[in-house]
Amino acid sequence: MHTELRDESHMIASILAGDAQLFHELIRPYERRVYAMALSFLRNEADAEDATQETFLKAFRNLGSFRGDAKFGTWLVSIALNEARSRIRRRDAIKVESLDEPVDEEGHTSPSLLRDWKEIPSEVLERKEIRQLLHNAVTALPLIYREVFQLRDIEQMSVNEAAAALGITISSVKVRLHRARMMLQKALAPQLQQIAPKRRRWAW
Amino acid sequence: MVIECKHVWEQISGYLDQTLPPDVLEQVEKHLAHCEICSAILDSTRNILILTADERVFELPLGFSERLHARLEEEIKGMAP
Repeated sequence: MHTELRDESHMIASILAGDAQLFHELIRPYERRVYAMALSFLRNEADAEDATQETFLKAFRNLGSFRGDAKFGTWLVSIALNEARSRIRRRDAIKVESLDEPVDEEGHTSPSLLRDWKEIPSEVLERKEIRQLLHNAVTALPLIYREVFQLRDIEQMSVNEAAAALGITISSVKVRLHRARMMLQKALAPQLQQIAPKRRRWAW
Repeated sequence: MVIECKHVWEQISGYLDQTLPPDVLEQVEKHLAHCEICSAILDSTRNILILTADERVFELPLGFSERLHARLEEEIKGMAP
């Protein structure tokens, strides 16, 4: 979407001045992003959709408290993060999500060893099974790694922003992000590599 | 100083984020220049990050937008921000 061509602060001022319908337009570029984040946290489409709706409702109700010093997108992400986390906490009161969060951050993940890794062109994402493969690998990460990976490598937040959003130290962000990436490499590289050689029409 | 593969693996994330201190960076680059295995691990990790960040990986369910905006519309009609 052309977020760079939109004057969001002007739109927000108009909404606050009474043109509430403009809120529909304001959030359109962020729908997928907020949903993706909720889904990666909650691992369930129905919960993610509900959390996304709740996020945008909260954003609408609290728009007056949005300060222009942060990007609107970053502000939305922080609301979504709180929403997803509070849902996880509620769910954890019943289930056992915490069991898949190893406390040991010093542990090492050995990468998959591949001699002849070739570049995987993004055209492979036209295939649904590939998208599913990537999606499943991200959502299979334990929560403490998944949330850091989501904010840093999917939302492209800075280390500082991610640390602030998650309430953890910068060094924890770095350690967890490294482990998340290595876990994904280990899980995905062998499978993606099998896919690549079938398609020889790309030059590598 | 020559470093082993497993030490290079620990630096892959920092290498991709370009946050390694100059001395470590130099060691890693020297190692990568002659180690196919570590180069392949680095390339595959970089590739996976590019692919997972693609917006097609987390697609919206059918009718998602319509349901979202319908719910917002109810809210907007109910109150001003």
